Amino acid sequence: MDDRDVLRDMTIPQLLRWRVQRSPEGVALREKEFGCWNNMTWAHYYEQVRRAALGLEQAGLAPGDTFAVISDNIPEMLVMAVGAQAAGAVSAGIYQSSLPGEIAAILDYMDVRYVFCDDQEQVDKLIEVRDRIPKVRRVFYEDPRGMRAYRSDDWFMFLDELLALGERAVAADPGRFDRLIDRGRPDDVCHFCLTSGTTGLPKGAMMTHRNYINMGVQLSKVDPLQEGDEYVSFLPFAWIGEQMNSFGVALATGVTVNFPESVETAMEDLCEIGPHFMFGAPRIYETLRSQIWLKIDDSYRLNRALYAYFMKVGAQAAAYRMSGRPMPLGLRVKSWLGRALVFRPLINQIGMLRLRRAYTGGAALGPDLFTFYQALGVNLKQIYGQTEITGIAYMHRDGDVRPDTVGVPLPATECRISEKGEILSRSPSVTAGYYKMPEQTAELLEDGWLHSGDAGLIDASGHLIVIDRLSDVMHTRQEEMFSPMFLENKLKFSPYVKEAVVFGDREDFIAALINIDPIVVGKWAEDRGISFTTYMDLSSKPEVAELIRGEVAGFNRTVEKPHFRIRRFALLYKLLDVDDGELTKTGKIRRKFIREKFGNLYDALYDVSVGERRVEAFYQYQDGQTATVQTDIRFHTMSEAA
Amino acid sequence: MEKIASSAAVQSPPESAVPDGRAAPRSATLKVDDITLSFGGLNALTDVSMAIEPGLITSIIGPNGAGKTSMLNCISGFYHPTRGEIHFGDRRLTHASPHQVSCMGIARAFQNIELFRGLTVLDNLMLARHQYLNYSVLHAVVFFGRAARVEAANRKNVEEVIDFMELEPYRKRTVGSLAYGIQKRVEMARALTLGPKLLLLDEPMAGMNVEEKEDMVRFILDIQKERGTTVVLVEHDLGVVMDISDQVYVLDFGQLIGAGNPAEVAKDRRVIEAYIGEE
Repeated sequence: MDDRDVLRDMTIPQLLRWRVQRSPEGVALREKEFGCWNNMTWAHYYEQVRRAALGLEQAGLAPGDTFAVISDNIPEMLVMAVGAQAAGAVSAGIYQSSLPGEIAAILDYMDVRYVFCDDQEQVDKLIEVRDRIPKVRRVFYEDPRGMRAYRSDDWFMFLDELLALGERAVAADPGRFDRLIDRGRPDDVCHFCLTSGTTGLPKGAMMTHRNYINMGVQLSKVDPLQEGDEYVSFLPFAWIGEQMNSFGVALATGVTVNFPESVETAMEDLCEIGPHFMFGAPRIYETLRSQIWLKIDDSYRLNRALYAYFMKVGAQAAAYRMSGRPMPLGLRVKSWLGRALVFRPLINQIGMLRLRRAYTGGAALGPDLFTFYQALGVNLKQIYGQTEITGIAYMHRDGDVRPDTVGVPLPATECRISEKGEILSRSPSVTAGYYKMPEQTAELLEDGWLHSGDAGLIDASGHLIVIDRLSDVMHTRQEEMFSPMFLENKLKFSPYVKEAVVFGDREDFIAALINIDPIVVGKWAEDRGISFTTYMDLSSKPEVAELIRGEVAGFNRTVEKPHFRIRRFALLYKLLDVDDGELTKTGKIRRKFIREKFGNLYDALYDVSVGERRVEAFYQYQDGQTATVQTDIRFHTMSEAA
Repeated sequence: MEKIASSAAVQSPPESAVPDGRAAPRSATLKVDDITLSFGGLNALTDVSMAIEPGLITSIIGPNGAGKTSMLNCISGFYHPTRGEIHFGDRRLTHASPHQVSCMGIARAFQNIELFRGLTVLDNLMLARHQYLNYSVLHAVVFFGRAARVEAANRKNVEEVIDFMELEPYRKRTVGSLAYGIQKRVEMARALTLGPKLLLLDEPMAGMNVEEKEDMVRFILDIQKERGTTVVLVEHDLGVVMDISDQVYVLDFGQLIGAGNPAEVAKDRRVIEAYIGEE
């Protein structure tokens, strides 16, 4: 392939033209309709974009206008967005699930003049808030079904009419489109991508052509893709995860973007296409794993036995593959056998056989899920990035997949950890800022460095480890940063630890209250002939304390920084519970509340002289009776050397 | 949902949105003249007359045992009236067989789902159009030329209906494994694959929850407006009937006790008596 860096100096429409010159008959888009997959070549895609751009111009779209898309994933969505960009406008995606009120607020904030909707459902939302969006001049729709009554209103326009308008404009001035797209500059803003603000109105990140194309080019340098490789578009277009693929990767590499028949059939259609790469939030991989489990459960006994055996082999092999170490011969043979007999047919049924790489991002994925997919022979990798850096900035490399990290930066991406411990990144894919929000933009970007708002660190091998949201991290009295949640999760990797509460904010060291897992530890105690009665009794056994001390020592040996080590801990006499207000409804611990409720324990944790303290435990049973029990809690100090 | 004014619709039935652009089947009026249906000494219908106007949604309502389904059975040729005549346009179907009625362009979706439970949705729909599959056994054996062409056209037609009824996710699933609400939709789709001018719906919303009912109402309105099909609806849910009907006929003990647009019928004293008893 020729030097791909040239592509980075093109706009998205210019790159589309370049693709057409290169392989006009290659398949750019494919959509399933009426049960058949229909191909759209690069030449046809380009023609449609040309019609859309000139049609939009005829309809009054001017350079700098905003053009919003509210649509399920269909080829027309891309045609219209790229068409608008070609005409010098800025496209924007709005989630299909948004409520009318939200849509009105977003349209108003982004000064949207034209909207593209796929069907009546979205159009009806706009009608509901029509008086609140006076800036919107026209609404285009793709599916005429149910739109009969709106025909007379010229606020609406059927997509085919717009394209026909464009067709006439092309005939009148064939060179017009080329002149239009020649005007574009790679650093022009081409799309507003909404960032999911947890509170208030989402912010619109101003993305440039270069942002997307650079991302696609850099990604394909690490993980090569060929023209004609398949991608299935099932993520919401308003999310950066979809745009980076359908704008960035698809145009930079020439892969085919496949559109499912409907949202409900996306997973079946994925199966039919068998993509070469896919991207999704952890939930998708969890769903697919459940599907695999169901299939295995439904299977006959021999299959289940083979699966169980080869899953163990696969997990061992995965450990070698993920770290890039050569496998011993015996394991290699067994692993090959497992793939041939069980895993290849199995992953073929969920459409993952051709998958060279699967990426997960957006949230952390449990290590067990990594091992599961890698054992099956699916190359699942973690990525990390924000909307503001076009989705992907950090990624695992093949043969260097570690569940606890998010990998290393893409080429042309610089990474730095600020003094506060925040992850900063700089690359040509960093956004130009937020639309109409200079203050937030100034906070976001500093000398081109993107502030992620995440706390992280870079380990010895150059991998980035994301710790927590910066607003959730704490500092010890020595001003050393740590994330209680990160440490708690790490502690909970131990099967004996059910729940842990880590303290240390403005203290000399880190300490923890630990809930043992009653089932696992109970079994452990039974196996060793240790008798116990209640959870409180089990927690107070010296043998159990020794067991947990061993676990904490192991934790202390593996933590990334010395100050993460737990100096003192105690085993809590009761399980943390939602009904007692110690956990939130979603099962997260309420740190502040716990600190107040167990105030005397907290004090004892940070008073090194205290080895044991008598506490009164207060219980309220479900029938309303209450009981008070006295118990002794022991505090364990870990040795410095650990 | 907006309804087209009935008077306007009578003059110009909505043009078709059948994807391949062929003209809508221009429906004819279904006229039922003074029919009586008796089983021995029992009259299921007594001197009932109706005129079902093309392009409209006409509902037949009434308490249990009023003769609603008997009426549909007479129209679709399952029963033949003891007295009286039924005409569809200029064709007489008083004594026509169900097969002949179907060929005239009248299709029916049954209250108790009449599908092959062990076959997929797709197979059920493909099979429903068997009367249009005009190739010989010999063609079928070689499956080349004519047979393949006819089957492809058949599939295209079925796929349009699948798209229309939003059944894509269930195409390859066996009917027996689907939820009841979906089965009802497949039943309606089966009737639609025949491309009827007149669609008879026998309690399409029975046993459905509110959300499924809303979906079904949308489908019925779309069938009327987008495909220009005349709809005859037998339904117990009076809220739905009053909302979407252009014309309502009320039966009680086999006799017609009221007719007119929903507003008129709702005010009719005899109708109120039949439903909630005399004061």
